[in-house]
Amino acid sequence: MAAQYLGSVYNGWSKIVAKPQRDNGVSSVKKRYAMKTIVLLVVTALLVFTAACSSGKSGGSEPGATASGSPENSQAPGSESASPANGSFDWKQYSGQEIDVLLNQHPYAEAIIARLPEFEKLTGIKVKYSITPEENYFDKLTTALNARNGNPDVFMTGSYQLWEYAPAEYVQELDSFLKDPSKTSPDYDLNDIYKGILDGDRWDLVPGHPVGTGSLWALPLGFETNVLVYNKRALDSIGAQPPKTFDELIALGEKLNGWNGDGSYGVAVRGTRSWATIHPGYMTAFSMSGAKDFEIQDGKLVSKVDSPEAIEITKKFAELVKKAGPKDWTNYTWYQASSDLGAGKAAIAFDADIFAIFQGSKGASKEAGNLGTAPPPIVKEGQAVGANEWIWSIAMNNASKKKDAAWLFMQYFTGKEHTLWGATQASVFNPIRASVWENPDFLKRIAEFPGYEDTFKAIIDNTSIKFTPQPEFFNTTTEWAAALQDIVTGKSDAETRMKQLAKDINKRVERIRTE
Amino acid sequence: MSSIGKSGETVQIADLAKDRMDTYRVPPIPFMRKARPYLILAPALLLTIGILIPFFISIYYSFTNYSFKYKDYSFVGLENWTLMLKDPSFWHSVWVTGQYAIFSTGAEMLLGIGVALLLNQETRLAKALRMVLIFPLMIAPVIATLIWQLMTNNSVGVIAHFLRSVGIDNFVWGADPKTAMFSVVLIDVWVYTPFVIVLVLAGLRSLPKAPFESAMVDGGSAWFTFKTLTLPMIKPLLVIALLFRTMISLQEFSIIFALTRGGPGDTLMSLSLTAYNEAFTYKELGTALPYMLILWIFVYIVSHYMIRYWSRAQKNASGS
Repeated sequence: MAAQYLGSVYNGWSKIVAKPQRDNGVSSVKKRYAMKTIVLLVVTALLVFTAACSSGKSGGSEPGATASGSPENSQAPGSESASPANGSFDWKQYSGQEIDVLLNQHPYAEAIIARLPEFEKLTGIKVKYSITPEENYFDKLTTALNARNGNPDVFMTGSYQLWEYAPAEYVQELDSFLKDPSKTSPDYDLNDIYKGILDGDRWDLVPGHPVGTGSLWALPLGFETNVLVYNKRALDSIGAQPPKTFDELIALGEKLNGWNGDGSYGVAVRGTRSWATIHPGYMTAFSMSGAKDFEIQDGKLVSKVDSPEAIEITKKFAELVKKAGPKDWTNYTWYQASSDLGAGKAAIAFDADIFAIFQGSKGASKEAGNLGTAPPPIVKEGQAVGANEWIWSIAMNNASKKKDAAWLFMQYFTGKEHTLWGATQASVFNPIRASVWENPDFLKRIAEFPGYEDTFKAIIDNTSIKFTPQPEFFNTTTEWAAALQDIVTGKSDAETRMKQLAKDINKRVERIRTE
Repeated sequence: MSSIGKSGETVQIADLAKDRMDTYRVPPIPFMRKARPYLILAPALLLTIGILIPFFISIYYSFTNYSFKYKDYSFVGLENWTLMLKDPSFWHSVWVTGQYAIFSTGAEMLLGIGVALLLNQETRLAKALRMVLIFPLMIAPVIATLIWQLMTNNSVGVIAHFLRSVGIDNFVWGADPKTAMFSVVLIDVWVYTPFVIVLVLAGLRSLPKAPFESAMVDGGSAWFTFKTLTLPMIKPLLVIALLFRTMISLQEFSIIFALTRGGPGDTLMSLSLTAYNEAFTYKELGTALPYMLILWIFVYIVSHYMIRYWSRAQKNASGS
């Protein structure tokens, strides 16, 4: 079609330019114009192919190119002036610089925006920010980072995304900044951040190695654990207590169907064909059942989603959805689950603990004041209670030309002062710092949410990222969600589908490039 | 080398030749006239470049392992294409894309023609409905899908509430693999049928009255008039409507994505959705592009034959 079109352009062009010359009887002029046309088309074609070929460096990756953002390249050429000569820390040391920040639409981002004037006054750094809804935030962010032009300097990210961004050398490692006393405030106190949360942003870039190893790629802003948020009115209606085990949850959820009239049901859980379906309630139960997503065998990453424990807990989860979940479960994102809880449609949500804050705050929903929080149900008697976690963090673009100024931004908005302010004056739940969880003002604030503090204390020691880090995370978990949908909708039985899923995942992870 | 001039003077032949050349020299072309062809072609050329650059880049990247997850990429030949063609999920996505296009376009054409014939009257109701029926076209498909999602939500949806009141409690629309295709096609039909109505109605209202009056005088039935007069005369417009709807429904993304993200399971994973997932969820541009290019080939083949058919229909309708 393109050739046809170019041909027709050429013919039309010849007709336009040829007429005056024919009148004068000189065909050489026509030929000259025809030549011009051909040259123009050749130049256009060359431009197209040059653009195609120059967009990236082909020829495979360079050996040993995995360690991105090493201290040697942590300071881009032409970036801001060096630290003060005496090695002491000064918030004003990069005064006058301007940084770009990309934020996801979230209460954590709102807290940052609210305190930007204080940061700018303290540091003299000007902050330009843009805010994007979560639906297309990561599409935009990935595209921006892929441009490798240093824009944005700082961005919000989830920890799972770091497993893609760090091997691609999109993010700057932060240990070199933390270790430098001229760049990091002596008040920063990294040890005040919960280890389980901070470790979520550490990884050594080896697929299959757990989080908490290797370099630090981001600083946490806040996090969510996955627990039971229940409606006390619903449980009281049948004289029940929050369930302690997964089997109790299924039985109780089934009893609660219709507890508040037509359309009301027992337990809200996410169900869309998305990775986001797997990480809250399902992964929490999955990990507590003793199942694992991957194991390393003979140096290879091997999917274990077809292990007996994995199949068993998947069957149980499907049973929970079928007996007590929403009928249109495959349409359920966190938003539907949270809204149903607040609207009095769902009696219990097995999802993020912050549902209790979002829906339970005074005036936030119809059921505000009736919501309580309890630890996630255990799968086996006597086991320790823990949960999978989701961490929102801020990271630095490895291509940033203003890394030191960006670092000041990062430490200010993950520092003690801002975290406490966010937790007491804004909606930064859950705060990442132990000192905030001991602050009387914060404790007073969360006391209005029954069970919130107790649940946090009960699970925090066993709360961590339960997934195995690897760059195909979004691929494998999205396929996992599709498998879960097949099982719940009865298209396939759990054993067959999970075995097929394991095969599909193994094919995908075989394609991970490690060099 | 010399010659004798009229006055008997010797004139250089070269000068004579120069004078003769001056006589035949092409007069200088004014600047604007020179620039005219370039100016006329400029928008088309820019547009073509704007289309061709991404198109050729896409073809190039489909032969590489380009990924947002890695810093470098290399040429992998036909690997992405062979992987795709060997993958059963590719053939499933072709099947889903075809099903969606046939069901949605078919329903829209039938409904569109029927409603347009009903509205082609000068009653007050027809006049009012002609305006009202265009409303869905003014809503972005993704917004329309969200509205439908809310209306069919089993807990709070107005349609779900109505269905419950008539004893239907287990109809879960896009959440059930058995009814998912029906649900997305229904939304597509709701959004796009007015497009067909508008086109067909415009055709109907531009038809000459004389042949229809003659048919009436001769006692031709309504079906006979429709079959032998109306249909052949509006056929070019019907083909245009069919062409647009087929092309757009083959590429459809927003309705399926907003309602089910391709689920439940892989039920609605069309070519567009698979390509989106590969490119933006899995960040594998190299494996995503063959899906988009195959879709482009399908759309091109279908539209090519439809345009040829439309040319014939146009000639027949005009009697030439």
